[in-house]
Amino acid sequence: MSSALLEVSGLKTWLGRVDQPLRAVDGIGFTIQRGETFALLGESGCGKSMTALSLLGLNPLPVSRIVDGEVKLAGLDLLQLSEAEMQAIRGRRIAMIFQEPQSSLNPVLSVGEQISECLNLHFDLDAKASQQRVIELLESVGIPDPLQRIKEYPHQLSGGMKQRVMIAMALAGEPELLIADEPTTALDVTIQAQILELLKTIQRDTGMAILLISHDLAVVAQMADHVAVMYAGQIVETASRQQFFEQHQHPYTDKLFQALPSEQKRDQRLTVIKGSVPVLTQDFKACRFVERCDHAWDLCRTTPPLWTEDNDHGVRCHLFNQDADVERTMLPQTQYSSPLSEVLPAERNVLTVQNLKVHFPIRKGVLQRVVGQVRAVDGVSLSLKHAETVALVGESGCGKTTVGKGILQLVPVTDGDVEFHGHRLNGLPERALKQHRSSLQIVFQDPYSSMNPRMTISQIIEEGLSRKQFTKDSEAKEKRINELLERVGLRAEIKHRYPHEFSGGQRQRICIARALAAEPEIIICDEPTSALDVSVQAQILNLLREIQHEFGLSYLFITHNIAVVNYLAHRVAVMYLGRIVEQGSRDDVLHTPKHPYTQALLAAVPELDLNTTEEVTRLEGELPSPAKPPKGCHFHQRCPQAMPKCLESYPEHTQLSTSHEVRCFLYEESE
Amino acid sequence: MPFLPVLLWTDILIYLLLSVVVASVFYVRRRPHLIAPWKFVFQKKRGVISVMILLCYVAIGVMDSVHFRLALPSDEKSKTQHYSTEVLTVLDVLVMPLRQQLEKTYSSPFATRLFMREMQQSESGTVTFDYAKLKYAGAHLDNEQDKTADIQNTVIKSTISALFIWFVAVIVVMFWWAKKHEINWKQVVNKFRLGQSSYPVRTCFLMLLVLLVFFFNLIALSASYHVLGTDKVGQDVLYQALKSVRTGLVIGTLTTLVMLPFALFMGIAAGYFKGWIDDLIQYIYTTLNSIPGVLLIAAAVLMLQVYMNNNPDSFATIAERADMRLLFLCIILGLTSWTGLCRILRGETLKLRESDYVLAARALGAGGLTILHRHILPNLMHIVMIAIVLDFSGLVLAEAVLSYVGVGVDPSMSSWGNMINSARLEMARDPIVWWSLTAAFISMFTLVLAANLFADVVRDAFDPRMQASV
Repeated sequence: MSSALLEVSGLKTWLGRVDQPLRAVDGIGFTIQRGETFALLGESGCGKSMTALSLLGLNPLPVSRIVDGEVKLAGLDLLQLSEAEMQAIRGRRIAMIFQEPQSSLNPVLSVGEQISECLNLHFDLDAKASQQRVIELLESVGIPDPLQRIKEYPHQLSGGMKQRVMIAMALAGEPELLIADEPTTALDVTIQAQILELLKTIQRDTGMAILLISHDLAVVAQMADHVAVMYAGQIVETASRQQFFEQHQHPYTDKLFQALPSEQKRDQRLTVIKGSVPVLTQDFKACRFVERCDHAWDLCRTTPPLWTEDNDHGVRCHLFNQDADVERTMLPQTQYSSPLSEVLPAERNVLTVQNLKVHFPIRKGVLQRVVGQVRAVDGVSLSLKHAETVALVGESGCGKTTVGKGILQLVPVTDGDVEFHGHRLNGLPERALKQHRSSLQIVFQDPYSSMNPRMTISQIIEEGLSRKQFTKDSEAKEKRINELLERVGLRAEIKHRYPHEFSGGQRQRICIARALAAEPEIIICDEPTSALDVSVQAQILNLLREIQHEFGLSYLFITHNIAVVNYLAHRVAVMYLGRIVEQGSRDDVLHTPKHPYTQALLAAVPELDLNTTEEVTRLEGELPSPAKPPKGCHFHQRCPQAMPKCLESYPEHTQLSTSHEVRCFLYEESE
Repeated sequence: MPFLPVLLWTDILIYLLLSVVVASVFYVRRRPHLIAPWKFVFQKKRGVISVMILLCYVAIGVMDSVHFRLALPSDEKSKTQHYSTEVLTVLDVLVMPLRQQLEKTYSSPFATRLFMREMQQSESGTVTFDYAKLKYAGAHLDNEQDKTADIQNTVIKSTISALFIWFVAVIVVMFWWAKKHEINWKQVVNKFRLGQSSYPVRTCFLMLLVLLVFFFNLIALSASYHVLGTDKVGQDVLYQALKSVRTGLVIGTLTTLVMLPFALFMGIAAGYFKGWIDDLIQYIYTTLNSIPGVLLIAAAVLMLQVYMNNNPDSFATIAERADMRLLFLCIILGLTSWTGLCRILRGETLKLRESDYVLAARALGAGGLTILHRHILPNLMHIVMIAIVLDFSGLVLAEAVLSYVGVGVDPSMSSWGNMINSARLEMARDPIVWWSLTAAFISMFTLVLAANLFADVVRDAFDPRMQASV
């Protein structure tokens, strides 16, 4: 940490019309030291990606323009450079990796060609030296068998491998600064842990600095040396990691921490940030956070707060300004939490799933003969009690969404039983199924694609209603729609608008209202909060718990977010490659995980706690294809404790206690 | 009755189409998500210009679609009213002089004499071999040398009157605007002058001026001259070009109307039901696609020709015969061109049927039909819209090619293809007779260019990727 590598000051990138600009980045300033990791933290739409793009002069033209500011890379002002000079900087001195590895690699070029392209741009290498360097790079990002891999194409690689290739490409220019824009958001936790580990190793070996852009507090806690929090185009707080996690000051940062779901908050309502992000087209005359802040007073409404820095800990808030009203700043920060107790499930089973199998045939050839089966779900058994929340946890591709769809009979079920109140649902003809349809509802992950963009909110909700008692009575229908909208925390007037006018959180509320309209007993929540920001996620989780109290709903909560599971679930089922490997009460599974996969999965979840220094076993490799599951226990290739037995047959259920069962040979003897 | 209305098949379909358009305008006006892309179209300068030009064509085409037969002077003896066998349209009546002022043969634009010399006898009895004077064009001139001055005069007069009308129109619009928004008319003037409105009002007014000046001059000049010359039998080429507008529009729009049900039905069925239905429909359109379209069209049109020759009694007038052939051409063109759209719709349906909101609807217990008409069809409409507008210009050009080959519209019907076909021989003459071809070219080019520009703007407006960035 000798001197500053990158100094940004007063950077302003504005979008849209000249007379009414959208101030996406409005006066950002920060400094990155050599060899450190600097994290830019913020919710979606706060301008963090635009900042990163502006640094490289890659901000989209002509919609955006950099109106002011300085970006100094070791003393060289990047904003003054011509496009040609900038090209020599990009990739060579500053490299960037993006969120979506799928779309950042060119599908028609082999891996080797793509990496050597970066090399040839910046170095004068002959073909042989270049290939040698590519192999070195692939080795350094931990890709096994690089000689083979350089001939492969992106579609032959898994998501984690693609992200490794992306990193290798970024490293090709031996950059001084690596900008990582949400590098792990699209990946599973186990893969995320691998990639974060890799970034750390590379940083240690090469001494490059990393600008990490993330919305995930836990990832930041794992990675960053310095943290800056962005809100509405400005940085509201910067601090070293220690200071940031132990004594963050800005009310917004505080709220972000409080909105995180966790086990300790199980009996509380999660803190939400009231209101929404201000429109960035206005000329701010007050603090940007004032409308949503609990500590706001008159001064906040009249003067924008200045940047105050004390002992390397900067904050943009009147509370910490020495010149401001001293009495006011002394005011104790009231911690408030409102209780929202856990729901106590009844004993009665609502839904029983026995040995559910959903196989998709693989067809080939002219005659479309079935040549194999994708065993998406391969013998899943679970039960759901009245007013209970069961979380289904697992990596993407393990078949958890298919379980949800299989229960709802939205995909053809190959085998097994789905019983709802004792009625077998699978195998029923569509007509007979109709009477049970409304009792089982689903809320999807992506609130943008789960509503028909050509229907008004009122029509969308009415679709759920009309199957029930409201056949003709339009007045009663209207009344019910109003009730539902108000129940999920929206005003009734919005019902004549169209989905595109709403934000992600509001849309998810409307989706919940649509599900509630059918008066269901079970709602299958398919990652309902994973597309949402932390503060919005808190609102949705609160709402889900409230309506569970009110209507006695049972949730099958499909997720990969362990924190949410910890907050909401009563029981947890862990899925691996189409089968449930461990199932039990939340306490059992999350605190005393038995199956090696569960243990690894939980270990991979980044912790907010700074003091977890213990070495944990990272899971190697990735999920095998469900079309060709490995022989024996599906997990044996990645299992650190695999035994010869595991290669031969799949372990049976082992009942550890009344509430806890596992499928692993390690525990079979104990019976 | 002084006239007998005649309803040709294509007329009925045109009226139907117009009423569908009017109905959908009213439907769209109440739905913000549907009106938004159209607002985008009219906020673009290209959009406004192309719409105004297209409207001129449509106006001509619609006037040319109101057919009737005039009553013959009634006979004292018989009580029954007889009607002329000639079918006229409103356009014919409006431009009656153009229709009736037949010269002897070719004459070039603005000429006062025929294009070729012939033997003629003067009053004194001497026989000369010279260019004869035209019967109508320039007949009002005392001295042929005054022609240039006369044309200048007419141009100046009509331009001034066009300017005057334009000025009145602009003022009326401004007052209406001021009244509607209850603001000072000075503010309105400023707003329009500085282009502060969200719509390109200045472009709109300028285009109106251009159109007014053009039409005033055309009308004034065509009263005393053959602006685009005359053809072999002395018919005014401008009249032919005007009459061809309807043929072009009918082919461009009705063909899509014929093809649309096929494409929609087959595409959605293939995409939604999958399985053997999908296979069947795919085989049908790949097969149909591999037969050369011209071959099918030629075969069908020639078969119809034989039928019409064998049953001459089924058609009361020549116009009805020609119309039947036009309709048939539309149908056969439609039958050969639905495959492209069908393929796109199938792909889109395949994508939509897996979307979350369709799954949600199924979870709510909605049946197949409900899902099709509430969730899938409305989300395909933007593709249909883009396809219709893009196909239009291609079809207008296809008509010209087919008529040139001889399997297009009836030779008695004026169309750009027929004009080009007859101009083929004239091109070989020396000196060359260029105006027929030029007239067909310019009128077709303007229409197709406007349609293409319009299609471009519509595509931009309806493309979901564009909407996302707006």
